[in-house]
This record gives sequence, C-alpha cells and structure tokens, in this order.
Amino acid sequence: MTDTRKPSELRGLVGSRTRTLLAPRVTGQVRYTDDIHLPRMLWGRIVRSPHPHARIVRIDASRALARPGVLAVITGKDMPERFGIIPWTPDEYPLALDRARFIGDAVAAVAATDERLAHEAAELVDVEYEILPAATDLQTAIDKPEVGLGKGGKDNVSKEVDLAFGDVDAALAESDVVIAGDYYYEGSAHVPIETHCAIGNLDKNGLLTVWSTTQVPHYLHRELSRVLRVSPTRIRVIQPPVGGAFGGKSEPFSLEFCAAKLAMITGRPVKFLYTREEEFYAHRGRHPMQIQMKVGAKRDGKLTGVDARTFIDGGAYSSFGLVTTYYSGQLLTLPAFADTYRFRSTRLFTNKPPCGPKRGHGSVQPRFAFEVSLDKISRALAIDPIELRRKNLVPPNTTTLNGLRVTSNGIEQCLDAVEKASGWKERWGKLPKGRGLGVATSAYISGTNYAIYPNAMPQSAVQLKVDRSGVVTVFSGQSEIGQGCDLMLAVLVADELGLDLGSVRVISGDTDLTPVDLGAYSSRGTFMNGNACLMAAREIKSKLVAAVAEKLDVDPRNVLVTRGALVVVHDPSRGVSVTEAIQLAEAKFGTLGAVGHYNTPKLGGEYRGGTIGASPAYSFTAHVAEVSVDARSGIVRVENIWVAHDCGKALCPTIVEGQMEGSAYMGAAEALLEEHVIGPDGLHKGPNLLDYRIPTSLDVPDLHALIVESEDQEGPLGAKESGEGPLHPSIPAIANAIFDAVGVRIDRLPFSPARVLAALRKKQADENARHAAAE
Amino acid sequence: MLPLPVFDHHKPKTLSAALDLLARLGDKAVVLAGGTDVLPNMKQGLVEPEHVVSIAGIEELRGISLVREGDEDKLVVGAGARLVEVESSILVRRVAPALAEAAGQVGGPHHRAMGTLGGNICLDTRCRYYNQTYFWRKSLGFCLKKDGTVCHVVRGGSRCVAAASNDTAPALIALDADLHLLGPRGARVVKAHDFYVADGVKNTVLEPGELVVRVSITRQGGRRSSFEKLRRRNAIDFPLLSIAVRLDVSGVETTRVDAADVVVSALGARPRRVRAAAKIRPGTPFDVAARELAEGAYAECKPLPNVDDDTEWRREMVPALVERAVTRLEG
Repeated sequence: MTDTRKPSELRGLVGSRTRTLLAPRVTGQVRYTDDIHLPRMLWGRIVRSPHPHARIVRIDASRALARPGVLAVITGKDMPERFGIIPWTPDEYPLALDRARFIGDAVAAVAATDERLAHEAAELVDVEYEILPAATDLQTAIDKPEVGLGKGGKDNVSKEVDLAFGDVDAALAESDVVIAGDYYYEGSAHVPIETHCAIGNLDKNGLLTVWSTTQVPHYLHRELSRVLRVSPTRIRVIQPPVGGAFGGKSEPFSLEFCAAKLAMITGRPVKFLYTREEEFYAHRGRHPMQIQMKVGAKRDGKLTGVDARTFIDGGAYSSFGLVTTYYSGQLLTLPAFADTYRFRSTRLFTNKPPCGPKRGHGSVQPRFAFEVSLDKISRALAIDPIELRRKNLVPPNTTTLNGLRVTSNGIEQCLDAVEKASGWKERWGKLPKGRGLGVATSAYISGTNYAIYPNAMPQSAVQLKVDRSGVVTVFSGQSEIGQGCDLMLAVLVADELGLDLGSVRVISGDTDLTPVDLGAYSSRGTFMNGNACLMAAREIKSKLVAAVAEKLDVDPRNVLVTRGALVVVHDPSRGVSVTEAIQLAEAKFGTLGAVGHYNTPKLGGEYRGGTIGASPAYSFTAHVAEVSVDARSGIVRVENIWVAHDCGKALCPTIVEGQMEGSAYMGAAEALLEEHVIGPDGLHKGPNLLDYRIPTSLDVPDLHALIVESEDQEGPLGAKESGEGPLHPSIPAIANAIFDAVGVRIDRLPFSPARVLAALRKKQADENARHAAAE
Repeated sequence: MLPLPVFDHHKPKTLSAALDLLARLGDKAVVLAGGTDVLPNMKQGLVEPEHVVSIAGIEELRGISLVREGDEDKLVVGAGARLVEVESSILVRRVAPALAEAAGQVGGPHHRAMGTLGGNICLDTRCRYYNQTYFWRKSLGFCLKKDGTVCHVVRGGSRCVAAASNDTAPALIALDADLHLLGPRGARVVKAHDFYVADGVKNTVLEPGELVVRVSITRQGGRRSSFEKLRRRNAIDFPLLSIAVRLDVSGVETTRVDAADVVVSALGARPRRVRAAAKIRPGTPFDVAARELAEGAYAECKPLPNVDDDTEWRREMVPALVERAVTRLEG
C-alpha cells in the first residue's frame, strides 16, 4: 500500500514517541531553585499574621535583631508599593503595610545565617495587632459589607460581571424542561511537590538577580522593578526548572520581593523556601464557587437557555480575580450550548488565603454545574446524555453566542472515541447496582489574546542561535514547569532543520538570555511559543536551503530537508549533511541566527470583557468515568476515566498523554478528596499533606488517554493546548457516573463518603415514605 | 522546610546502655526508634527534647520468633522489629493475623520500612488541633495537650481526648498480648489492654525511662483475628477508625464462635474494648455473632471530632467495619 503521508510526516520527530529528554528529571539530576547554594547565602523567613483580619499597630524587631546571626528584619514600610498581577487591581504589598487580611498574611521578614535561625528569629519579631471583624466565608462577605475588604472599604466586592446574550427568560419559559440546581465547589490547592523558593543576590556591579520557582519570569521582572524601584535594566530573573506549578506560581509572591530586598540590604544572597504550610497560605488555588444554574431544553433535547448566578470566594486579594470572574461564565459556551445565555458572577473578598488560577482557571466549577445539569436533562427527557450533547454541539468555524471565534473543533470525534472505548452503548444504565458510567465534555483556551498588561508587542518570542558545529540553541522565554515546552520546541526545530534531538539545546526562563514571553499560563505555550519558534526555524531553514541549492547548483525548491542531510528532491544521492549546510549558510550569510514571534489576531466579542476568554483556538475534551459506589460506606472509587482530547496535533504524544492523564487525575482528586477548607475562625483546616489529602498512587483511577487531532489551521503544525482542558470533565463525569451507579445527585464537592452515604440514606427514606403513602 | 530544633543525639548499642542513658537524662530525653512519629512532632514543636536517644541500633530489640514456654507456644516480637517485618512475617501472619494486617496498614511503605512495632505501640495520640505547626497552634490559641488550657474537641473539656492512632494497639489488645517493659525499676509485663489509659496527654502507663522491649502473644488453636481500618486514602493516612476482631472458633463442618473480642480505636485516647463481645455465647453461629458484635460496637463507640472527617459517618462505619472483620474470619 502506498504511504499517503506527506514527506514531513514520514520523517518527523513531531508526532513520534521520541525520547522525552526527561532523564535528568527522573534521575535527580535537575537542579531546582532550592538546590542552588551561593557562598555567604543567608536564609529568610516570613513573619505571618495569626489573625484573619487585623490592623498592624506596631512591629518590634529588637528581640530578633539581638540574636547573633540575625542580619536584618524588614516590614511593609520597607516596600510600600502595591502590586498585583492584573494592572487594574494592585492590592497586595510584599509585606502588609497596615492591615493583615488572612491568617498567614506576610507582615515582616527576617534574614539570618541559617534556615533554623531564620525560623527562630521570625518568632522573636513582636507584632502588636488590633483585631478587626472578619469575613471568613462567602455568606458573611455578602451579609456584612461593613467588614470592608473591597476597594474603598465600603463592601467586600472584588469584581462583578453581568452579561446577557439573547432573551434567556423567554427561552426558559418556552422550554419543555428546566433544570434548576444549586452547586457548590469547595476550593482546592495546587500542591506542587516543589514549594515556592526564591533567592535574591545583588552583585557589585549593581545587578540584582532573582532565582525563582515562578512560571512568569517576565511579569516578575516587571513587578520587581516597580516595587523595589530598581530599573528593569538592573534586574535579571532566572527561573530554574520548576517542580510543579499548575497556576500556583503565575504571579509574584512575597518571598521574591523579600529575597531581593534583603539581598539589597545585607549585600549577601538571601534564600526563602516556603514550608508546606506557607504553600497553603500563598495559595492562589481554585476558588470556592456557589453556583445557581438553570438550564432549559425542548423535548427533543435542544437546549434553549442557560441562566447562572455565581458567587465566588476570592480570599484576601485580587490575584487574577478579574479574569476568574469573567471565566466563570465566558468559557461555558463550548462545546455544547444553548442559544441564549445570561450569567452574573460576583467575586467577594474574604479573610482567607487568596484564590487564583489553578489548572482550568475559573471554568472548572461552572463546568461541573453545567455538565451535571445536562445529565439531569438527559434523564428528564430520556435521551442518552452523549446524544443530548451531540444535538447541541457548536460546529467548527463559527462564532459562539458570546463572540468566541471557533476554528478547529474535534468534539464529535472526542465523543465518538469515549463512547466506543468505554463500551457506553452496551453498558451505560445497564451496569449492576453500585457501578455506573458518566459522561461530560468541555472546551478550553489555547492561550488568550488578553495580555495581562495592554501592549502591542508579541506575546511570545524565541531566538535561535545556529552554531557551525551543528548545534542549534533555542532561547525561549517560555517557562518549563514540567509540562514539556522545552521538548516541544526541540522537536519543532529538529524537524524543520533535519537535526536529531541531541543537537538541539533549549534555554528557557531567563530574562537576560531569552526574549520576552508572557509565561506558562492559560495553556498558551504550545500554540504561541510553538508558532514563534517555527517562524524562527523556517527563516534558518530557508538560508540552509539557499546555501545548499547554490552549492549543488539546483533550484532551492528542489532541496529537501531530511533527517541529517539536505538532499535534492529527485536525486537524494546528492546532498550535504545538515552541519555542512549550516557551514555553507554561515559562509554565505554571515553568523546565523533568527528570531520568531507570535501575536494573536484580533479576537473577541464587541462588548466590555468580550476579549476575556477569546483565544486563537480551543481544545475540546470528552470524558467517560466509571465508578463503583459502596452503598454501605458511601465510598466512591473511580475505576476508569476515558479521556478523549482534541489537541489539534500531538507534537509530542507522550507528553500530551501525560497532560491528559495528569489533568484527569487532578480532576478526580478534586472530585473525591481535595478540599481547601478555612474554618469560621479563619484558620486553615490543616495546612499539611496529612490533612489536605492528595491521592496516593493507590487512589488513582485507570486513565485511558485517547488523542484526537483536528489539525488547527493557525496552530504550530496544527497543534493546540492539552495542559488544562482535559481536567474539566473529570468532576461532572464522576458525578454523573455516581448517579448512574446509585441514583443520587451530589451537587456539592467533594463527593466524600459521608455526603454520598447521607444522600443514599435520604433516598432510601424518601422511597420508604413514598411506599408508605402508596399503601 | 520546617527545620528540626537543635538536640543532642545518642545511639546506645545495648539495652542496658540505653536504660542508663534514659535514667540519667530523665525528662530531657525522648526515645527515637524509626523516627516517623517523633521527628515530625519535633519539627512542629510538639516535643522539645534536649536529648534524643535512638534505640535503632540495639540488636536485642529485634527479631520475631516462636518460643516454647511450658506447654504453650508464644509468638515473641521485638519492639525494634520494623513494621514491614511484622507485616510480612509468616509467624505473625499465622499466630496473630490481626497484628500483621494492622502493621501492614500503618502509613505508607516508607513509614513501615522505618517505623517499628515498639514505636507504633508508643505512638503519641493525635488530634486535628494538636498535630499542627507552632504557628497554627498559636493562631488557634493552643490546646490542653500542649502549651494551652482549653480543649477544642470537647468544649469545656478538662481531659485531653486526642485519639489513639496506633493501628497495632487494637490488634494487640484483641489478641490479649503481653507487653514486656524494662525500666529503672526492673522488668514488668503489662497486658496490652492495661497499657493504655484514657488521657490524651499521655495515654500509656509507661514510666519515665521505661521501654517496651517486646511483645508476646500466646498461640491458641481455633483462634482467628482480623483488622480493619477506615481512612480516606488507601495509604499514608492515620486511622479514622481502626478495628481488631479476635474470635475463638470450633466445629468442623460449620464453624461456630465460642468467644470474641472486639477493639475499636481512633475514638479517644484509649482503644475501646467492646463489652458486647464478652457476652457472645459459646457456639454462636457466625452471622449471629457478626450482627451482635456490630450492634454492640455501634452502641458503645461514639467517635469524637478529634480527627478529621465527618463524625457521624465515622460512627456509621463502626458496625460496617466490625461486620466485615468478623465475616472475613468465617470458613
């Protein structure tokens, strides 16, 4: 049989199960930030508020400073400059200036000669507080505006979004079925294995270097400059390989400012390493959300309208809250949706660790509410829930009702794939009691055209350095946080230039060495950074081709790049090695290098906030989860999750599958175990890994990754995101599977055994009462 | 990370050297075996010793054997035996299955590779308001068990109700084990049941300078035992409940229960022996025994909000676990 694939596909590392360059990671050779030990390095430690809301009356550091080995203590007054990742809502100080707003809020920092001493010295800093009334949950924040956590102190509101598309009330009124539900998502944390760490160092030339576990070196660079009042030309941010981030490291944190400031004061390098407890206080985890949602449908299953009222518990500071509030509604309109939509979302401040972006920012919670609503509709109308979704899919190459431009869209193939792999048709609704299947779908952005600060410059860029030895180095501003973006770039460059992977180096995450890229968030890496890289690689490729064509005296159009050599298309015996081609090109054009960049086209709806959620491409996901529920204990076990994900094109399938499995795992963990609870007294329920339970390897379901490729026209070689989208359907798929298994709805997360058992008992009691009434 | 405070470390090679050292250092010292309990507790400021005496190098504390004493066979397990050794020992699995099962469900593989039977027997009681950092406890206002005066579990309570969280304790009690202690005043043998007292601050009768050196369990024909643990994850978690059942059975074709013991732990400071077990009449069919023991346990065991998770759910799980533990022993 003739192979019909294009030559580029035949030879490609792209799409092949190549080695993943992860050996240093899995053998302990990677050097993380905490592995860096500089001569004369000091240790820092942050003094934190033990009160949820308090005015700082006085800070007395004399006892701490009297300890030999304690070199400096700083307070809010040393850095009285507000910062915040969103330029419109700067409301944090590196150290609280006059008010502490949650238990764990940073109020002072010490530097000492070793870690233990720094911890002891922090205990010796005496802070006098005047305790203020606090709001430690959503309802109190709503009921007691006088707590005054919002701007101007008149209420606790952080952000409100109220958008309507079409006449929802009329659509719901004309529906044959309207499902109304109250859903609650308790917050969750990222729990990266590597906690936050930063080192500051000021050299005698006046260059301030900050090493940090950040996933946004560029934003950190800007904010360090602003807050410390040091020119950006005198600051370098280095991001060593990061041991997990998941969105929890995508804005500046107290420790980075404190490490830099204390280094400037003491003239010595200063390191901060957050304890696990501090990691929970730094937080920026998934927001608790209380969602009231109505979804209507016609008898044939056609969805009519969606009406959502959402309260979002933001914690003490804004963080990305402005975006979160939009995302809580804007990202729901794909892949299956109604013709009318209204959502009103209110984010409130509370005296709790600040919430922020966690994998699937802002959209995992409403997705849970919506996909469970669809399941309820399917039961009410007796339509297979997969069919119900098929009836309402938004097609490819269209625009959603809230103005999102949709291009490639592989949701149908995703549904087909999970339907087939899970044996849905034979098994759904037919499994023995206690065993069930559930389906859910979602869509997610591949980067956003909303740059955090408005500017017309590229969102992503790379530089290529081409060495006559045959080595090509990619300098990328992207942040390798374990998601594999370095490998993605290496594969792209290797394929374009005919190199093997060992000849490509990727240098990333260093503001001195690499061009600006906005960072590893909003699933933008593959799409934006990949495109930027292709642009640079193709420029180099054209030079190699031109030089080889001249040497072989053929038309450049007849030169083909193959693995290891550039050859003449119709006479492959004639050719030169890639290294030789590089040397020919260097002789012809001078020293070789190229830059590439990417910026989004103009996107989004023509209304305020219409650009938030607008992405150059959307990924699509469908899950089928299979659960078993023990009726005696209420314990739910997720046996299988089939994850089909349209990533456009899997540049590195091994990594894509890893992202799909990691996402599904993380969603399942939130569904069953993880719960970031702050008590009425403002205290975290248990800021440690015994009380905050992440699954052990024994608790992880069998995960089946099914890659779907829709070949996006604008993505690099067709690729889209795969890092966040595949998380969303986990939770509702599990919820829907629980219903299939035992007939109860748990509309509040997590689906703990206590909750499931209570629901089962209530169902039994209701049935008994019905039988009694019938007799 | 949370640093360990400064302390002097001692590692005696013999039991007598360890006892001398402990006698000399008095309450300035703590004993460290596997370290899986003491070290995290030291990091959280729950224990603040000037001296740490490691007994990990003492050969006399190790070993698992079957010893003939008079006309009885006794399983003897050294206090220094690692939990993984207890879990996988064929002798323990034969003579005292509940103990092997309990040891096998402590923590995760790493904890069991380091932790010892003696260490688990002497595990500090645990409470959601106690096993936290100094900063957290300070924010809370401390508690009865450490640095404070109030109980956050039982409002107005004057006695600490931190939970006995050692999985092996209920197994040892149900198996009627003898604990062999050695201290400045000599050797003594205490029944496992009498080793624990209902005080969460210190829930054992161990005297200052005294060590658990070994455990012995009499081998008895027709004796069966099992262990069940309630936890949210399948590894690492401390128990939300731990339950051991011992049955003495007879009969060839159909086995019947002649006597039973049921011990439930992770309730309060002392593992609770279910009184209803003593009322089982010889010759009781299995299903009847299972029901009576489960109902008895349910009536007598009332979990407190001293450890995580829903208290009502934990109570509902008591009979479920007892029933499962009994049912597993049939046939």
